Amino acid sequence: MFRWSHLVIYICVQMQFMLLFSRQGKLRLQKWYVPLCDKEKKKITRELLQTVLARKPKMCSFLEWRDLKVVYKRYASLYFCCAIENQDNELITLEIIHRYVELLDKYFGSVCELDIIFNFEKAYFILDEFLLGGEAQETSKKNVLKAIEQADLLQEIVLETVSQIY
Amino acid sequence: NEITLAFRRQRKRAANRDKVNLARCRRTAAANMPAVSKGDGMRGLAVFISDIRNCKSKEAEIKRINKELANIRSKFKGDKALDGYSKKKYVCKLLFIFLLGHDIDFGHMEAVNLLSSNKYTEKQIGYLFISVLVNSNSELIRLINNAIKNDLSSRNPTFMCLALHCIANVGSREMAEAFASEIPRILVAGDTMDSVKQSAALCLLRLYKTSPDLVLMGEWTSRVVHLLNDQHMGVVTAAISLITCLSQKNPDEFKTCVSLAVSRLSRIVSSASTDLQDYTYYFVPAPWLSCKLLRLLQCYPPPEDGAVKGRLVECLETILNKAQEPPKSKKVQHSNAKNAILFEAISLIIHYDSEPNLLVRACNQLGQFLQHRETNLRYLALESMCTLASSEFSHEAVKTHIETVINALKTERDVSVRQRAADLLYAMCDRSNAKQIVAEMLSYLETADYSIREEMVLKVAILAEKYAVDYSWYVDTILNLIRIAGDYVSEEVWYRVIQIVINRDDVQGYAAKTVFEALQAPACHENMVKVGGYILGEFGNLIAGDPRSSPLVQFNLLHSKFHLCSVPTRALLLSAYIKFINLFPETKTTIQEVLRCDSQIRNSDVELQQRAVEYLKLSSIASTDVLATVLEEMPPFPERESSILAKLKKKKGPGAVSVTELEDNKREGGELNGGADRGPDSASTPSPSGDLLGIRAAAPIGAAPASAGSLLVDVFSEAGIAVSSAAVNDEGFLRFVCKNNGVLFENQLLQIGIKSEYRQNLGRMYLFYGNKTSVQFASFTTTVSCPGELQTHILPKGFPHFKGYCGAQIQQVLNIECLTDFIDAPLLNIKFRYGGGLQNLTLKLPVTINKFFQPTEMASQDFFQRWKQLSQPQQEAQKIFKANHSMDTEVLKAKLLGLGTALLDNVDPNPENYVCAGVIQTKSQQIGCLLRLEPNAQAQMYRLTLRCSKDLVSQRLCDLLAEQF
Repeated sequence: MFRWSHLVIYICVQMQFMLLFSRQGKLRLQKWYVPLCDKEKKKITRELLQTVLARKPKMCSFLEWRDLKVVYKRYASLYFCCAIENQDNELITLEIIHRYVELLDKYFGSVCELDIIFNFEKAYFILDEFLLGGEAQETSKKNVLKAIEQADLLQEIVLETVSQIY
Repeated sequence: NEITLAFRRQRKRAANRDKVNLARCRRTAAANMPAVSKGDGMRGLAVFISDIRNCKSKEAEIKRINKELANIRSKFKGDKALDGYSKKKYVCKLLFIFLLGHDIDFGHMEAVNLLSSNKYTEKQIGYLFISVLVNSNSELIRLINNAIKNDLSSRNPTFMCLALHCIANVGSREMAEAFASEIPRILVAGDTMDSVKQSAALCLLRLYKTSPDLVLMGEWTSRVVHLLNDQHMGVVTAAISLITCLSQKNPDEFKTCVSLAVSRLSRIVSSASTDLQDYTYYFVPAPWLSCKLLRLLQCYPPPEDGAVKGRLVECLETILNKAQEPPKSKKVQHSNAKNAILFEAISLIIHYDSEPNLLVRACNQLGQFLQHRETNLRYLALESMCTLASSEFSHEAVKTHIETVINALKTERDVSVRQRAADLLYAMCDRSNAKQIVAEMLSYLETADYSIREEMVLKVAILAEKYAVDYSWYVDTILNLIRIAGDYVSEEVWYRVIQIVINRDDVQGYAAKTVFEALQAPACHENMVKVGGYILGEFGNLIAGDPRSSPLVQFNLLHSKFHLCSVPTRALLLSAYIKFINLFPETKTTIQEVLRCDSQIRNSDVELQQRAVEYLKLSSIASTDVLATVLEEMPPFPERESSILAKLKKKKGPGAVSVTELEDNKREGGELNGGADRGPDSASTPSPSGDLLGIRAAAPIGAAPASAGSLLVDVFSEAGIAVSSAAVNDEGFLRFVCKNNGVLFENQLLQIGIKSEYRQNLGRMYLFYGNKTSVQFASFTTTVSCPGELQTHILPKGFPHFKGYCGAQIQQVLNIECLTDFIDAPLLNIKFRYGGGLQNLTLKLPVTINKFFQPTEMASQDFFQRWKQLSQPQQEAQKIFKANHSMDTEVLKAKLLGLGTALLDNVDPNPENYVCAGVIQTKSQQIGCLLRLEPNAQAQMYRLTLRCSKDLVSQRLCDLLAEQF
């Protein structure tokens, strides 16, 4: 008799998506934590890019957008932008962004936009180690980088030898 | 900030590099990639990316991409088997092309092949492709799941993590089906590596969000909760997200997490900033975990255990104290992390709403932030204070900041901060400061951003009405609103001012005078003309004594605006003119002339033409008496909650309206002027022309409305919107006369379902309160009361007074005993907090006299014999009414059976008719009832006759039943 179908997807989702884009409005990285169709993703991206790029430097880092809250911060030429739900904590999200930037910075050594363009797959791997399903998985910088570096070590090692390591 | 600087340096370098790149040829460009390229550089990929970046136009880019796609396609189709490296490279290129915004319709198979590669990077790229570009191709999903299964059972933590990440990223139903039962095992197994546990926890969370029915914690529950005690902070950080989500849905099963969370929090809060090593972030110990712990606690009421509660209060106090300490670092990251915890702690304090001391401290802390130089903090403080304003403990403390907030409204440079300031002013408004706040908001409106004007207008209108002590202030305020922001004044607002002026004769003269003055302005808003037309048409006589506003002057003033107005306004003005003829006979000839002129009487708009013709005729043939009767002053409107409020709620979503003690109404009832779902008497709903005078003519045409006050309800609000103590679910109530189960009430926050059963004179009703939001309702209180004498007629036993929290669903049982026959229904009152506002709802419980029917079978002869015995006038009730629902035989039979009586066949000589018999069981007596329903399909009418052994019962049953067919 009582159905809660509309609750299924959106219950307690923390981060809905994260976008990285340049000042020129070029999308550099996108990560979606809620199921959306490609068309919808493109629409959201377009609208949000316009909204965020139109904001002036001294404005606050949070804005209400549709029924979400958008937290963004600009690092040099790149905007990092996260959409969270209304009750979520804006400041901690801002620091999630910062920690991700720190991770990229540490991994690439003074990261710049080009690093992310040319090594987009690495940017994704680092993000997956740090955030999973929109929630912080591991907040220790050391641990995240250790995981990534271990993976880098594994790159050309064939499976059989891998199993010997563990 | 070093990083930003590094970024900036790099950017310069990169820009130079780009410039160089543009000039160079393709090959050298590839050599000119960023120096740091860790891992195995895929040269081909880098060259391709450089090429794309060097494209000077969109066309060139598309051309290059198409070339590449053709190349990859041919490679994939070619006879030569590709080696792993090439496959990886091409899949990666496809991914890059997809991320540029192009569609990719091939390569999935190759990516799936990579999953089973024995080289880590190939596997990794395969998974990345799948995560970004899932295809619901079922054959593929099977293959992907197979690969995942292999990796999960490989016992190699790195591979397991990859597989878990993939599940978490895709999170499809198919994956939930395949892995939902496996992952909890991995999560709690003793030999699982920490990193795998972390991924497993969040992976499970994602599956739970997609398919909660497939993720069954059952036996794992307690072990999952105990992950809060894990030594590895990362495991706790990941697990707590899962636990929070599960707790929201099953608070009882997970409630042991409260004490664990409190002790964990306490350990973190009291630790020195170096204790937690890498989990300390800019001198703040474990900020993410702290926030998550505080968030988890918000799923529950304050701990009942005194020791736990004491420890928690201590934590909260420590957090508040730390906010006062000098910063350990000048970095913004330090203050952000610290304040993130502080704000989360304040949310918890507000959620508990039971510690006055903490609430006031929170308020003072936020007060300091109001003047902080960080825009972000000012924004958050304003936002957080909004919810504090609705707590009785901190409302006064919030009010002390009024000057700062007004200042913010005036001086903040960022519109989103100003918006928060306006919200806060609205939330802190009460009788003591209403005039000041409304004045400030009005003056802000003159320069307010377009995006927020409409909302501001609604808020001003609501505050002006809510706190009006003298109504001349109210009228002034609304007219000012129209003058300053006329375009944003919705119909609800000007309808409302008229409603109030009509209902209060002490303000009518003032209103007429003010509106007359306002209309003098050379350019005035059309909404002003509407209000002016209406008010002068009703009360122009009150100022007609003054030669400066003599009847003719009034008329000329109105008519000077006529030609600039839209059709609905003109229609309204025509009605005002005919009212003038009644008020001021001396204007008759002038007005008749106006009505008679071609532009009116031959107007191409049919409504205007009709009005002109009819009013002209009316004014020429009707006697003064008739005219006076027809055009009499409007009767007062029934008092009810402001429809503006409904509009604001609709605009802002539930809970956003945080004026204290708001009534929550049927939210769908916010629609004005003949809203969508009007039920049976929608025939009387006039056309939504936005014309008030016109409605007067239209209303009586419809059938006599059933519910009181629905005559004018159409204009101002839905019938469902009622004043505080009245129930809001008349329609819902009536639906239950012939059935026992179903949804009694539903709005955007709450669904209430009932299931009931009756035997003899006893009944039992199960009430299901379903929380439709993702947050718990605090202070959820339900009470059942029996208005008036009902208490002596039915007895609700096991009185379900409930107070507590409402997670996903609460169930209650109400036992009822029928002592004697009754008319009214018991009322269910529900109160709860949501989004800072108090929701208050009163519903009629569908306990009706017919529920206590026992069916009685009897033969035709018996029936008519008894029928004749019940022949006294007060024993019979009869009603003839139009069919409102289907007249289908089966539908009717089902309803009559649902009524509780026996449906008797072969009793009535006319087979089209239905007869029923039953006995109402009450504690004091039994009441025999006979019923006869005669449908007339041709006329779509019914005649319903009831005869009962007790007076009044027939009438009550007749009233109830007439609404059913």
